[in-house]
Amino acid sequence: MPDQNPRVGLFVTCLVDLFRPSVGFAAIKLLEDAGCTVEVPMTQTCCGQPAYNSGDRADSRAIAENTIEAFEEFDYVVAPSGSCAGMLKKHYPGLFSGEPDWEARARDFSAKVHELVSFLADVRGVTAVAGSEAGSVTYHDSCSGLRELNIKAQPRKLLRSIDGLELVELKDADVCCGFGGTFCVKYPDISNAIVEQKTGCIEASGAQTLLAGDLGCLMNMAGKLKRQGSAVEVRHVAEVLAGMTDAAPIGGKG
Amino acid sequence: MQITSPAFKQNAKGALADVQLQQALGNVRSGFIDKRLKAVEALPEFEALRDSARAIKDHALANLDLYLEAYEKKVVASGGHVHWAESAEDARNIILDICRKANAKTVTKGKSMITEEIALNDFLEEKGIRPVETDLGEYIIQLRHEHPSHIIAPAVHVTQSQVEADFRRVHTHLDAARDLREPEALLNEARKVLREEYFAADVGITGANFLIAETGTSIIVTNEGNGDLTQILPKMHIAVASIEKIVPTLEDASQILRVLARSATGQDMSVYTTMSTGPRREGDVDGPGEYHVVLLDNGRSSMLGTEFQEMLRCIRCGACMNHCPVYHAVGGHAYGWVYPGPMGAVLTPSLIGVDKAGHLPNASTFCGRCESVCPMKIPLPKMMRHWREREFERGLNPAAARSGLKFWAFFARRPALYQAMTAIGMPLLSLLGGKSHRFGWLPLAGGWTRHRELPAPQGKTFMQQVRSARSAGAR
Repeated sequence: MPDQNPRVGLFVTCLVDLFRPSVGFAAIKLLEDAGCTVEVPMTQTCCGQPAYNSGDRADSRAIAENTIEAFEEFDYVVAPSGSCAGMLKKHYPGLFSGEPDWEARARDFSAKVHELVSFLADVRGVTAVAGSEAGSVTYHDSCSGLRELNIKAQPRKLLRSIDGLELVELKDADVCCGFGGTFCVKYPDISNAIVEQKTGCIEASGAQTLLAGDLGCLMNMAGKLKRQGSAVEVRHVAEVLAGMTDAAPIGGKG
Repeated sequence: MQITSPAFKQNAKGALADVQLQQALGNVRSGFIDKRLKAVEALPEFEALRDSARAIKDHALANLDLYLEAYEKKVVASGGHVHWAESAEDARNIILDICRKANAKTVTKGKSMITEEIALNDFLEEKGIRPVETDLGEYIIQLRHEHPSHIIAPAVHVTQSQVEADFRRVHTHLDAARDLREPEALLNEARKVLREEYFAADVGITGANFLIAETGTSIIVTNEGNGDLTQILPKMHIAVASIEKIVPTLEDASQILRVLARSATGQDMSVYTTMSTGPRREGDVDGPGEYHVVLLDNGRSSMLGTEFQEMLRCIRCGACMNHCPVYHAVGGHAYGWVYPGPMGAVLTPSLIGVDKAGHLPNASTFCGRCESVCPMKIPLPKMMRHWREREFERGLNPAAARSGLKFWAFFARRPALYQAMTAIGMPLLSLLGGKSHRFGWLPLAGGWTRHRELPAPQGKTFMQQVRSARSAGAR
């Protein structure tokens, strides 16, 4: 039986903060429905991946220190993103190697970090959600969540629990969408070739809605689908699980 | 070979626009992946074998000097010769000397990435010795005056109709009306032409997949049998291998062989696993009269003890590139030197310098699929990131990217300022996005909007909304 009312610090991620706050509110609802007390530390900004993946260790470390200080008091730290949760969970301790005190703090912090959907399913034991009737949906496995945090079955399980939702498997769902953080603007032509493969599979799935757990990937795929004139609507999985689909889809309709 | 890695972006652009290449790359995207998966799923102990393979190589690398010396003693004891080459140039000169002593006019070659690394073919030709590649893929690209675009499938970028055209262009002694529409016809023609070369060759040169310290044996794995004919028929065999190919025992090699073919082609074993220990002995029915091993360092020893040491576990199976979305998009030649794909993105900067190969570790989405399929569990994305760190420390990345990053980091490190700025910027951007909720073009976002729409922000930032809810007394 999971703890009663654990205190969860919501790491909302910079993209959700800036581009799609509705995902943050959906996360709060899902966590509260799962019996958590949710707080939003006001000193959070970004997990630091843009610096970390550009080789800038000093800024990554400074941002990590800020994040740890803001969140280490909570029972759990939850992020609606496999990529950012992976950064916090798998990469933070290494940023402090050679600093035993900070490294220990980072390890304690990292042990508490979870991605939203896997936290609901694996830690809180959620097996069903009310959700919103979304017709036929397909799901893309974002790379970090899939390969760093083993997120694959959990979102599918929760999606299947929603009445009136049909989950269609996406061909090559485990293949990168070509976003890759700064990669997509450093190598736009290659990124485009990769996302074209992805949107081809999305269209071929016949689903009306594309879901995934990472806003970066979603903005990339939505951006390409909309440029191609696709009618597929794109949303973060948390919005559908929480039944909060009033906001326009990512990149708009049609 | 000429290094074009600094022009990676232009190379990639060309590759993306090359219709025939894109058609050929379609085969990589499906074939290799499915075959590997089937082979792996059929072997319950595959994961355990990966761990044991990794441990074997880690042990060998930690004791590299001891095992190399032990290996040399065994080769000499079995009547062979060992030559130590610190650089590619040393290796070329050693091989040339050996060939000249044998009065070689023609050398046949088994498939070997190491001889690509030392650019042996061009060098031998310059010196009046004719190298003939005998692996079908290598033979095809030799006819085309190209280099391998994949470490185990060198001609994977070439379509069948291109091969037919090449054979017709080069094999002019054959009947012009012959039927070459079937792949088998191409195969048979190559076999017939190459058969003559094996008998004409004075020296056979191969690489090595393993060097065995306990026996002084070199091992090659092939699927066509060309390696055997290359090393057995001429009077002299030269095996060229880099120093990290060493493993302590035959048992160690046989363990790693179990993950090699499965990871590479999805076979349980390659068709031929051929062991060479010294020259032909009295009473042997075949084998070369002389057996030479050229051991190449070429920068590898300076990777030992660094964050790149684990790269030396690589057994050149090609699984990383078979599963890489970037490789799938641009193919191997875009990487601009011998080793493409994720393994090349880590190894190439070590061997030719990150100043020349800096694009390679950057041109990755860090999707991690390479690491997840690597039989030796090499943390490829982590090492690509280490290269990015070295570039950043040395100021090698573009000034615009650096200053953009520093500008962003200045705010990201100051939450209050960051939130104040974004609380002004994002609602404004949202207004500009209007009812379409997206942008087709936006200043400074050209890298994004060249190929896709930019979804517009919803309005007020999340933190802004939380803050106002708080001051209103809620939450």
